[in-house]
Parts: sequence; structure tokens; C-alpha cells
Amino acid sequence: MAEFVFFLNKAVLSGLIIGSIYALGAIGLTLVFGILRFAHIAHGDVMTVGAFFTLILAGILSSMGFVSPVPLVLVTLIPAMALTAAFSIGLDRIFYKPLRDSGAKPIIIVMASIGVMLMLQGLVRIFAGTGTRNMFFDQPKDIYRIPFFGSSRDLVLTEPQTVLIVFTFAAMIALHLFLTRSRLGKAMRAVSDNADLARITGINIDHVVKATWIIGGGLACAAGGLLSMDVFLKPDLSFNLLLPIFAATIVGGIGQPYGAIAGGFLVGFSETLAIFNWSVLLRPVAHLLPFDLPASIALVPTEYKLTVPFVILIIVLVYRPTGIFKGRVL
Amino acid sequence: MSFLSIDNLTGGYGQMTILNGVNLTLDKGEIGVIVGPNGAGKSTLLKAMFGLVNVTGGSITIEGEDITRLPPDKFASRRIAFVPQEYNIFPTLTVNENLEMGAYSRRDDCSAVMEHIYDIFPPLKDKRHQNAGELSGGQRQMVAVGRALMIEPRLLLLDEPTAGLSPMFMSEIFDRVIAVNRTGVTIVMVEQNAKQALAIASTGFVLASGSNAFTDTGKNLLANPEVAKSFLGG
Repeated sequence: MAEFVFFLNKAVLSGLIIGSIYALGAIGLTLVFGILRFAHIAHGDVMTVGAFFTLILAGILSSMGFVSPVPLVLVTLIPAMALTAAFSIGLDRIFYKPLRDSGAKPIIIVMASIGVMLMLQGLVRIFAGTGTRNMFFDQPKDIYRIPFFGSSRDLVLTEPQTVLIVFTFAAMIALHLFLTRSRLGKAMRAVSDNADLARITGINIDHVVKATWIIGGGLACAAGGLLSMDVFLKPDLSFNLLLPIFAATIVGGIGQPYGAIAGGFLVGFSETLAIFNWSVLLRPVAHLLPFDLPASIALVPTEYKLTVPFVILIIVLVYRPTGIFKGRVL
Repeated sequence: MSFLSIDNLTGGYGQMTILNGVNLTLDKGEIGVIVGPNGAGKSTLLKAMFGLVNVTGGSITIEGEDITRLPPDKFASRRIAFVPQEYNIFPTLTVNENLEMGAYSRRDDCSAVMEHIYDIFPPLKDKRHQNAGELSGGQRQMVAVGRALMIEPRLLLLDEPTAGLSPMFMSEIFDRVIAVNRTGVTIVMVEQNAKQALAIASTGFVLASGSNAFTDTGKNLLANPEVAKSFLGG
């Protein structure tokens, strides 16, 4: 029983947590691709920037003598999301919109976004240094231990992990309702379907582009903020996220928000299942096995975790190039 | 003063000139049909009217307002609608959502307009919650025209509405065009099926190499032996 709870903790809950991060990032990436037709390489760094906004706002509140029952970073996450949304619109206005208006090819805008990525990484280091920071500077992280059917082990979730899982599911439902019920959400799908027709139909493309950056930037901030609460805040937080998030986007079908969610969880669970030590689960039945149980049976050593999204990507691109939900081909 | 008036229009794509001085006038409530051989500039003329082509000279006015070089996203609010020949629906949106998007530029309640469109195109009624991309060619074309009708246009521009349809659907679409016209919508239509289209035209415009070859009532053009010989395949 304890072994099974270990599995739930290490594989299922961990997969849910990292999958949520990937899904939140991939939604923004896929929406930007669907509406603006370019791969936004700087999306990972928008996450880092969002996490720093969360921390900076919390620092300001704290220096003003504000005391709250929950950690300050959880209080400032929502305003930081708004700030990151505005920041994303600003990035678009300054760097991407002028290129779009001059009729630049998508690949040129992708190149520009690589430049924006490098610039953001530099800016973060100029203002915040290169060190690792703890988001919970005012009070320790709560850790919830949930007893599991009389097992000697408990299910373990930390405060930010719980918030992350709840937030992700709420965000998905909200996104679904927005895309299927609201005028602007439907217009976003229409632009993603056929931008030229949307324009001649009189849909306000400017509003749609803004909404895209608001959703993408806001969710990127939430993902970056909550991930750095779960571990630590580092200026290169995003670097290891970019590849799995791109994999999630492509696996799900580029331009498909539901695909991005599915892809995010698929990549997340694959990672945790691939690095899980299956030997633990077999230990109770070790005496029945015809061979000696090795200490560790994992598909991939932990330090090679980043290869998992690569492998998934290759498999999907070979057998289903448009992704799980039929997306566009790059 | 005519409802729609195009005067000596020239233009094309980039450096390439396709329209070499086209004239076209139409009164309110008429159906104007543009026919001509491939490459005559029929579709280009329609696109030029909707701001989708680089216009280098001449003018387009509707009810006295100059709309030459107006950007394409400014037409819906002036109640001018355009149905392109291809890619004219939002395939992953439902039929209902396609129509809703057609009304994006209006802020008022248009459920009555939508019901009216379902009355004109009864086959769409049962499929209103189905994705438009899953419909047959003829039904997609109905969605495309329905989407354009949501702004209750003064002027409706149709680019080859029967392209790729079987003859049965073709006459169905022509019937619908007449039905739409009877509700007071002025229509300009480009057609490959010249004989059928001219039969419903108030005025027909035969284009050749980017300028007017013949202009007359639809009936007269069909009866004109020269037009028949050169443009209608005998």
C-alpha cells in the first residue's frame, strides 16, 4: 500500500503538477500561433517575467507593512497576471506588430521573438541578478498530508501545488466558456480559422490580438509564478520549460487550445512516468519474481528528463503530424 | 444618380495591372452579373470593389459615398458584404456561430435576421449546431451567403457562388440569389456559368482583358449573337 501511495505521489501527482504548468504555457503558445501565425519563442521568458512581477509586487506589499494570512505571492499572483498581460501586449506593440504591419513573413517574426527572448533573459538578470530566490519570503510553505486508506504513507501536496491544480482546472473551464460562449472568444476562433475572412466580415482583429496576449500572458505568468513557488525562482526558469511546452503544443495540434491542454498533461505524465522508479512498485512481490529486483528500474534517468518530450514529439510527428487534435502543419 | 457607380477603374496586384478602365453602374435592387473569359479580371473587379486590390485610378461610389481604397474591414459597418469564391466559411465554427460572426460589426439584437436567413436556407436549420466545415459544398455556400446577409447588406458581392457545385445545387443557389434580391438587396455577382447567370441578371457586364466588352440587360446579352459566339460558347 505504501508503495502505491509512493507511486501516486511521485508519478500521478507530480505528473498533474508539471502537466498543469506545461498546459498553461502551451495554451498561450497555441493561441498566439492560431491568431498571429508565428511560434512565440519568448513565451517561456514571459513566464519568468511574470514570476518576477509576482515576487516584486509581494515585496512592495511587504515593505508597506501588509500582512496576510496566506503567503504574499499568492495574493499578488492575480495582479501580476494583469501586469504580465499588459507587458505581453506591450511586447507585441513594440516588436511584433510593426513587423506584421510591414508584411514580414512569419519566420522573420519568429526570429524577432528569439531576440525578445534573449533580451528578456538579459533584462531579468540586470534587475534581479542571477541568484535563486525563494518566493515564500514571508512565511513557510504549507504542506498538506492527506491520509490514504490507512496507508503508512500520506499523499503529499504543498500549498502552491494545490493552488496550481485548482487554478489550472478553473482556467480551462473559463477558457472553454470564453471560446464557446462569448462574442470575442468566438471571434478568436474565427480569426484562427480564417483570418482574411474574419477581416472582411468586419471582426475587429485588433481586439482579438489583444485578447490573445491577455490570455497568453496571464496564463504564462500563472504558470511561471506557481512553478517558482513550487521550486525556486531562477532567471533561467523558462529555459527548461520551453522545449516541453513546444512539444505539448505540437503534440496537441498547433493552434488548438484543447489540444494544448491534452498535450501539456501528456508530456507531463510521460516525463514523470519515464523517470519513476518502477522497482518500488514491484518490491512487495519481489519474492515471487524469478530474478533479483534491481534497486532502480526507470525508463530514463532523472537528469535526462528533457529527452522525454523530444521522443514524444518524434513519435507524434511521424505517426500523426497534425497532432492529437487536428492542428495546422508548421 | 445611380446606386453603385464604378468609373474608369484601373488596378491590379503589385506592379501587375489587371483592370484597364472598367465602368459599371447599377441601380438599387438590381442584380448585376459580371461574365467573361478566364483572366478577364472579373474576380479582380469584385475584389477591387471591396478594397482587396491595389486600385491605381478611377473611382467607386455607392449612394454618393466614395469607397475607393476603403480598407476591407470598413465595409461591414457600411452594410456592404462580400462572399469570396473559396475559403468563405469558418470551418471549425458551427453554422450558428458563422452567422453570429457575420453580425460582428453590429451591436443590436439580430436573432430575427438569423431566423430570416434560416428561412431562406432551410437546409441549414437542422445543421445549425454542426461545424460548418462538415457540410456539403452547396450547404457551405449557403453558410457563406448567410454569413454575409447578417449585416442586412445594401450591396452583396458574390464571387462565383456556384463554383464547383453540381448542376442541381447550382440552380438551387441561383434561386436563393433571386430570393435574397427580392428582399431588396442589390447584388453584384461574378459567374462562370454565364448563361444561367445572365438569365437572372438585370444588367450583364461582359469583361475582356480588364475592360468592358459589352454591357446590356441580361436578356439582350443572351440574345446578342456576337456575345454568344465569343463569350458563351455558341
